[in-house]
Amino acid sequence: MVKKVIEGQQAIATGVKLCRPKVIASYPITPSTHVPEMLSKFVANGELEAGFINVESEHSAISACIGAQATGVRTFTATASQGLALMHEVLYIAAGMRLPIVMSVANRALSAPINIWCDNNDSMAERDTGWLQFYCENAQEAIDLIIQAYKIAENKEVLLPAMVIIDAYNLTHTMEVVDVPSQEDVDKFQPPYKPVYAYLDPDRPITQGSFGTPEYYMEFKYSQQRAMENAKKVIDDVFEEFEKIFGRKYEKVECYKTSDAEIILLCLGSMSGTAKEAVDRLREKGIKVGLAKITVFRPFPEEVVEVTKNARVLAILDRNISLGYTGVLRTEVASAFVNLSKRPLIANFIVGLGGRDVTLEDFYEIVERKIPEFKKTKRLVEWINVKGGA
Amino acid sequence: MKSVIEEVELLAPGHRMCAGCGLAISTRLALNVAGINTIVVLPTGCLEVTTTQYPETSWRVPFIHVAFENAAAVASGIDVALEMMGRKGINVLAIGGDGGTFDIGFQALSGMFERGHRVTYICHDNEAYMNTGIQRSSATPYAAWTTTSPYGRYSIGKKKRKKPIGIIAVAHDIPYVATATIAYYEDYQRKVKKALSMDGPAFIHVLVPCPTGWRFPPDKTVEISRLAVETGVFVLWEVEGGRMENLKVTVKPKKRKPVEEYLMPQRRFSHLFKPERRQDVIDKIQRTIDEKCERYGL
Repeated sequence: MVKKVIEGQQAIATGVKLCRPKVIASYPITPSTHVPEMLSKFVANGELEAGFINVESEHSAISACIGAQATGVRTFTATASQGLALMHEVLYIAAGMRLPIVMSVANRALSAPINIWCDNNDSMAERDTGWLQFYCENAQEAIDLIIQAYKIAENKEVLLPAMVIIDAYNLTHTMEVVDVPSQEDVDKFQPPYKPVYAYLDPDRPITQGSFGTPEYYMEFKYSQQRAMENAKKVIDDVFEEFEKIFGRKYEKVECYKTSDAEIILLCLGSMSGTAKEAVDRLREKGIKVGLAKITVFRPFPEEVVEVTKNARVLAILDRNISLGYTGVLRTEVASAFVNLSKRPLIANFIVGLGGRDVTLEDFYEIVERKIPEFKKTKRLVEWINVKGGA
Repeated sequence: MKSVIEEVELLAPGHRMCAGCGLAISTRLALNVAGINTIVVLPTGCLEVTTTQYPETSWRVPFIHVAFENAAAVASGIDVALEMMGRKGINVLAIGGDGGTFDIGFQALSGMFERGHRVTYICHDNEAYMNTGIQRSSATPYAAWTTTSPYGRYSIGKKKRKKPIGIIAVAHDIPYVATATIAYYEDYQRKVKKALSMDGPAFIHVLVPCPTGWRFPPDKTVEISRLAVETGVFVLWEVEGGRMENLKVTVKPKKRKPVEEYLMPQRRFSHLFKPERRQDVIDKIQRTIDEKCERYGL
């Protein structure tokens, strides 16, 4: 293990290199472009033995990954925002064909207006595609979760593709100190890829991507749902194994000072770091506040209920908006409580769309002013730090 | 004459294609040349839906279908994966329809050409979106009826000419481009063999008559295919090394028949003959063919 000062994209590229994929197909998009740049350099100078396909679109990037993975090799692609949206239909197919492709996503706002900065709407829109989703708080998590994502995705009880998601700029372009695992340790953790069922081989001809009539289609979807269920335990096991080798502990929902908290903030991504700082400072003022950070969003981490149910208020911060309703995390987390009689009041705050900073002051505003108000008004959703808004 | 189809069919019978479908004939001819060491990639379309209904399959070679517009991208991934696995001597054969090739799959096709993958791409051109019910594509010829280019008081059918996909492929400077059709199966099979021997992308544009969409009896498929060549509607040629000056016409009709002989048996052109004969339109089609044939030295 070596400590290096690297940016989030470099952490992603380094993690990918350590996992030795054989085919990488990628198309440039801000702010994810450093990932393919670095990987193509690794290939060019012989640090990584892989085929690099400079595709002509993100749609073709994910399609080429499907072709390569279905032939029998480990693959990787990276994208963001509009690129992820362009992949949309193919994402369902990668999952439906049970191909454990790993992709990094730089969380960037969707047009219009065009905007290259951070929010989660791009990856939240792919919630239902059948991909595992891992959200990172920092560059260390980015490198670690890439390595773990391959192992989880390729487990034969899972066989689902995985997205490792980092915030635009806040993570993609921010230099941080990262413990870079050694190749030796990663090789121990991550054996070479061996396709289990579906691979294209003239010695064993099979048909992949067949036509599923109403008589069979549901069973295909049911098997994907079961794979998602299986993933819950596999994720815990892989996190545990990772901790043993690399000494860093991951949880689907990370709790920070929640055990006695009356107010629990819930969010994901880089703002979790700011949230932890806010929790510390608010506690100095005597406010019992904690943070629940979502690391695994698909499969949905039902643990979130157990760790937040004793709070009086669960304040969900969404860096995304399902227009016409609330933030996506709110609808997801609130629905997990629906059959419980004892549950916290659930408040929802929309923050930081299109890269607007989410600051300590925003957290103070939410905890000290908005939550007391909310206890009376019970407003479904509130927008924070928006000009001329609520 | 040598046997056209080997004893072991790589496209198994029992598929769900229409009676007289040109795709079935073309696919058998191509697979017969490609052999068992072949991976087949299909976009969505007639051939895909009629041969892969779970839990059955007609494919006795490894097969993959992903979506409508990305067969060339999927094939690119397969090509590079095989290379990284050190697997040699496996053909990557993509077979798309005109919709999946001329239209929605065109970008992926162009990318695959530019990157130089060892993929042979056969375009089965039946001149419309047949799988969805005979809608106009950019391969539909001038004046043809389809369900979205109907004739009427203000319409003669498809308004514009067909996209010259073969010439566009040549412009990508790829090792091999050819046209073919099922009636001239020896010419076709020779071209498939040549395409598969190339160290890079090859493209074969195959005209496959569709009895259902072109509105002719299912026993006339091969006859219509032959008439397309005899009238000069479809010229059989090949180009090596991406240079138009190397274009070689591989089948020259002895005497070109008038286009009317090709149009008349197909009810997609029946509005050119009744209720009143549209000589102006027929003449226009003939003139276009004459000009084209002059360029090809026919």
